[in-house]
Amino acid sequence: LVPLKRVSDPDNANKIKINGGKVETTGLEWKPNPFDEYAVETALRLTENGAAPKTRLGEVLVVSFGPKEVETTLRAALATGADRAIRVDATDDQLDGDLVARALKALVEREKPDLILIGKQQVEGDSNQVGQLLAEYLGWPQATFAGSIKSEDDKSLLVHREIDGGSMVVRVTLPAVVSVDLRIVAPNSVQSKHSPAHKYADGVRFAALMAIMAAKKKPLVEVKLAELAPDTALKIKVTSYEAPPARKAGVKLKTVAELVNKLKTEARVL
Amino acid sequence: MSQILLVAELADGHVRKSTHSAIAFAKAANLPFSILVLGANASAAGKELEAFGAQKILAAEDASLEHPLAERYAPTIAAVAAAFDIVAITASSFGKDLAPRVAAKLNAGYAPDISGVTNNGGKLSYKRPTYAGNAYAHVEITTPKQVVSVRQSEFLAAEPSGGNTPVENVAVAPADAAAARIAFVSLEAAKSERPDLGEARVIVSGGRALKEKFAEVLDPLAQLLGAAVGASRAACDAGYAPPELQVGQTGRVVAPALYFAIGISGAIQHLAGMKGSKTIVAINKDPEAPIFQVADYGLVQDLFTAVPELIAELKK
Ligand SMILES: Cc1cc2nc3c(=O)[nH]c(=O)nc-3n(C[C@H](O)[C@H](O)[C@H](O)COP(=O)(O)OP(=O)(O)OC[C@H]3O[C@@H](n4cnc5c(N)ncnc54)[C@H](O)[C@@H]3O)c2cc1C
Ligand SMILES: Nc1ncnc2c1ncn2[C@@H]1O[C@H](COP(=O)(O)O)[C@@H](O)[C@H]1O
Repeated sequence: LVPLKRVSDPDNANKIKINGGKVETTGLEWKPNPFDEYAVETALRLTENGAAPKTRLGEVLVVSFGPKEVETTLRAALATGADRAIRVDATDDQLDGDLVARALKALVEREKPDLILIGKQQVEGDSNQVGQLLAEYLGWPQATFAGSIKSEDDKSLLVHREIDGGSMVVRVTLPAVVSVDLRIVAPNSVQSKHSPAHKYADGVRFAALMAIMAAKKKPLVEVKLAELAPDTALKIKVTSYEAPPARKAGVKLKTVAELVNKLKTEARVL
Repeated sequence: MSQILLVAELADGHVRKSTHSAIAFAKAANLPFSILVLGANASAAGKELEAFGAQKILAAEDASLEHPLAERYAPTIAAVAAAFDIVAITASSFGKDLAPRVAAKLNAGYAPDISGVTNNGGKLSYKRPTYAGNAYAHVEITTPKQVVSVRQSEFLAAEPSGGNTPVENVAVAPADAAAARIAFVSLEAAKSERPDLGEARVIVSGGRALKEKFAEVLDPLAQLLGAAVGASRAACDAGYAPPELQVGQTGRVVAPALYFAIGISGAIQHLAGMKGSKTIVAINKDPEAPIFQVADYGLVQDLFTAVPELIAELKK
């Protein structure tokens, strides 16, 4: 199971406007949260069948919380190879990370996946919490910030976690929650004994036109939020947004000597 | 009045300086605080914090806590937190892994990665960056218990304020059942003589432009300045620099006195991690590179000649 969130174009986040304490993303395109695309790619690699490349060794289920339009994001994931999709009907302001995690818990109890692959953070709120919350609610182990995953025997995973100052290697026994970091989509980051012989391209796969057409026929169902989480009270209340202090551009200097002089006498940082 | 429980972060049996930022948070919130230290040698480490004005220093010491696994740490933190209102931890990879698991146990709302706090007559409001640092959200937690993680770059490490809080031992709670399904295998700690990115006064960061010469070009400059080395995502992804050096929205967030961005274009994800630096220097051969929009001083030059020249000039 892979949760999937749409976000306003992260490469243009500097174009958002703050009006009356609210964020306006008008004019920005919706994009899938990059870490979630990486999680889908990871799920596809882990279920790849090297012996029979046209078949898959497991099902990939994608889930998004959002209004009707997030079905575009879900269909895009189906086009790259996910098998089924669920949309939990909700608007962003009805949700916080905790509610998403509680609702996912209920969904997991229904769907009984062996593994939850989740982005380490969604790049609007940068909260980095849903995977860990979900792991606790389920009573499952959590391997956060995975930079690589090796599936040893289909029952346990060897995970390299990217941490401050290095990496920590852990072994998790399924079912488990694994949150993925950027390097998970490097060519050799995901390995299993069923991995195909070819090397993966760096990054995520793109959908072929045929697959986009075929994805329209893949199952996508809607579930009501209240069905999954009877208590829809939020634990976090955003009272307002404010713009960060602007940083003004400085000066371009001609020579290295000039730079050193400025650092010493003007900025006084040397 | 509310009481804060701070969770200390250790490395090699010693308190990491990131913990001092959590203390700075408690002081900014203007609330009394105690510190919980977990580990195989927690009481010895706890002594390092005796002069910071904590009400209590609580040590949960047990061989099972040698490595920070959330499935082992969270139960003890949640048990100790029963007597507190707010749990705070630094938003390092240690804190980000752990804090949500603790919050879920406490049925508490969690405010991640906060950069500010205001205490309005006992009601706390937190400020946190969103949209790659392009909007600060003011948030309140609606539950009786609250959990926060604290941005190290925004809460300057607290200094010892005197006194000597004794270290008391606390009971270690049984690990989660899930602990049986996760095992620590190894720690691959980066071997570097350079200071940690979170603690350095000067950071020398390099981008994709450095290619295989990343270390060869930047290390001498970092050495000379006593600086930490950072990198852009592109440099890390390409393997020019190890992943733990990545600065940015999804890497380390830093705010040194002096930040060099060398051969880095200045994508918004990179800016989100270093815009708070006091003085920014950019060296880039493209005069239109967005990094110049935030740099105090820019050099439009080829880095492969500018950096050696800079080293020579600094040595004068
Ligand atoms: C989900 C997600 C998360 C991300 N998180 C981060 C993050 O945390 N941190 C981060 O840094 N990025 C992050 N990125 C990537 C970011 O969008 C940029 O792609 C990246 O920062 C670019 O790195 P760069 O500046 O080194 O490379 P480039 O953009 O390729 O820039 C290289 C620069 O070097 C200059 N140059 C080339 N040769 C020379 C020379 N000889 N002398 C001087 N200058 C030269 C060029 O003019 C150019 O400006 C993220 C992206 C995504 C999608
Ligand atoms: N509205 C949502 N719909 C689906 N998945 C979500 C949603 N919000 C968060 N997630 C998932 O949780 C991950 C971490 O998000 P966060 O903890 O909010 O930074 C994201 O990468 C998503 O996979």
